[in-house]
Amino acid sequence: MTTATAQIGANQQSAVHYGSISRGRKRTLYWSYFFLILFVIFFLMPPVYMFITSLKTSAEIGAVTNPWWVYHPTLQNYIDLLTQAQFLTFFKNSALVAVIVVSVTMVVSILAAFSLARMKFWGSGTLATGVFLTYLIPESLLFIPLFKIFAFIHDLTGIELINHWWVLVFLYPTLTVPFCTWIMIGYFASIPKELDEAALIDGAGYLQILTRVFIPVALPGIIAATIFCFTVSWANFLYPLAFTTSADQLVLPVGIVTTLIKGDVYNWGQIMTGALLGAAPPLIIYAFLMDYYIAGLTAGATKG
Amino acid sequence: MADAVARDLRIPATTRRLGGRALINRKSMIAFFFALPLILIVACLVIYPALYSMHLATLNKSMTKFVGFGNFEFLFKRNTFWMVVEQSVLFAVTAVIFKAVIGFVVAHFVHNIPLKGQRKWRGMLLIPWVIPPAMSTLAWLWLFDPSYSAFNWILTHLGLSGIPWLGNPYWARAGIILVNVWVGSPFFMIMYLAALKSVPEQLHEAAAIDGANWLQKIWYVNLPMMRNIIQITALFSLIVTFANFDIVKILTNGGPVDQTHVFATWAFTLGIWGNDIPLGASVSLFMFPILAVAAALILRNIRNRGNEA
Repeated sequence: MTTATAQIGANQQSAVHYGSISRGRKRTLYWSYFFLILFVIFFLMPPVYMFITSLKTSAEIGAVTNPWWVYHPTLQNYIDLLTQAQFLTFFKNSALVAVIVVSVTMVVSILAAFSLARMKFWGSGTLATGVFLTYLIPESLLFIPLFKIFAFIHDLTGIELINHWWVLVFLYPTLTVPFCTWIMIGYFASIPKELDEAALIDGAGYLQILTRVFIPVALPGIIAATIFCFTVSWANFLYPLAFTTSADQLVLPVGIVTTLIKGDVYNWGQIMTGALLGAAPPLIIYAFLMDYYIAGLTAGATKG
Repeated sequence: MADAVARDLRIPATTRRLGGRALINRKSMIAFFFALPLILIVACLVIYPALYSMHLATLNKSMTKFVGFGNFEFLFKRNTFWMVVEQSVLFAVTAVIFKAVIGFVVAHFVHNIPLKGQRKWRGMLLIPWVIPPAMSTLAWLWLFDPSYSAFNWILTHLGLSGIPWLGNPYWARAGIILVNVWVGSPFFMIMYLAALKSVPEQLHEAAAIDGANWLQKIWYVNLPMMRNIIQITALFSLIVTFANFDIVKILTNGGPVDQTHVFATWAFTLGIWGNDIPLGASVSLFMFPILAVAAALILRNIRNRGNEA
């Protein structure tokens, strides 16, 4: 009885306030949309401008017509780049590096994360913290010593590492392995212990527990880590710029910057087309797997 | 009799304990082998190079002689070095503050609109973070182009004179910060939005009953509740921004007259292009103190967070 009265009272109260709250909400809503539109314009302006320019001929760019509009759209820039052997080589190098780095990183970090999150050994707690700290060491601190070390390896063994696209396969794990291990530790630690205990009682080995229980259960986390790993290896600019120089060994970002910009002659139509094509793979992945992408982003700092 | 029973009980107990210990040993052996590739990669490709760069910094240019702090003494006497220090700090601090503020504000706007539409807006707003920075910086370079620039075109059509975006050191610095803010604020927005979602709605209701306006709700409810994430994200971004390379390299390459160099780009210019690896290593080592402080603070924050949970 008392609850019922309270209920009615509450309803009445909310009914009284309903009008003003809803009016306030509506105003907030309009302002929110207004500012969101402004920010979306700011955030999407460069990619849109890239696209506009990529549809222009050099003549139209040189004529200084309205830069924000295309009067004679053409796909010539795309055709030129996609039939150019050099550009396709960049694409191939980038794709190979990304695929190898992603595979190696995922195997290494899933094994390590399973071991650090579940199995534990002497010093595993310290190691987990250490992994996080190494993730914070940026590549701009590492590229000079690594450059020297690779030169030493050449002097010592005669294996030339510098100026080959596959040298990047050794370099990118410095960025991807610590982060992927770190977020996989977070995902694995959130799996209930009963699950692997049950598997252990059923006679499963550790590798079986990993492949039959942990990997399927933590699949969203694995997808998020894979996306991150791919994006990083596709986008990195410093390592390839320092370690590769010959045109046939470059990956996409460096290839576009160093070969399409020739001295003072900027063929902006082609540069923008190249940049857009270079940005396409991460963008396509993002378009389809946005939720995983965002989960991976937030997991880095909130898990653990 | 009782003794016999006790002995019977004791024997299996001992073997089980022994077996258990062997199992634990085997388990930690397997665990160690699982982690071994990680340990090797981190040790050979991160820890060793980081320590090695400290050694490199104490050598002369041809790397034949130990010069102690000679490289640092040389750097301290150069004007360019102090310019780089100033520019790096100015760039990192300003950019992080702008990113945090924009991220915080935009996160609130996204949070305000109905849940149904949030995904779409969030998706559009995160695009700058997804495009490889080297590629989007090219677009900015083109937007800043002095003669055909899209920005100057707008300015001249508004009756204003064009701005030499990247030719003037002050505008160039502002331009670099602008591009970095553009790339980085979506990340802040996503982090703060996630934090905002975890603020219990009851707190807002309680604040509303107490007569709080929207600003008070943000200041007294959201901000304290999000403090941890705000700190972690900002520190984290401070590290990344301080070590930034791509944007400065492509946009200005340190120019005009070295006035926009940051540690990473100057180390690259000296070490790789100038072929003076020890000097380049010395420059990049100056990033270390700020990274160490930020990393220690992040670690403390994450530990605190772990205790709260």
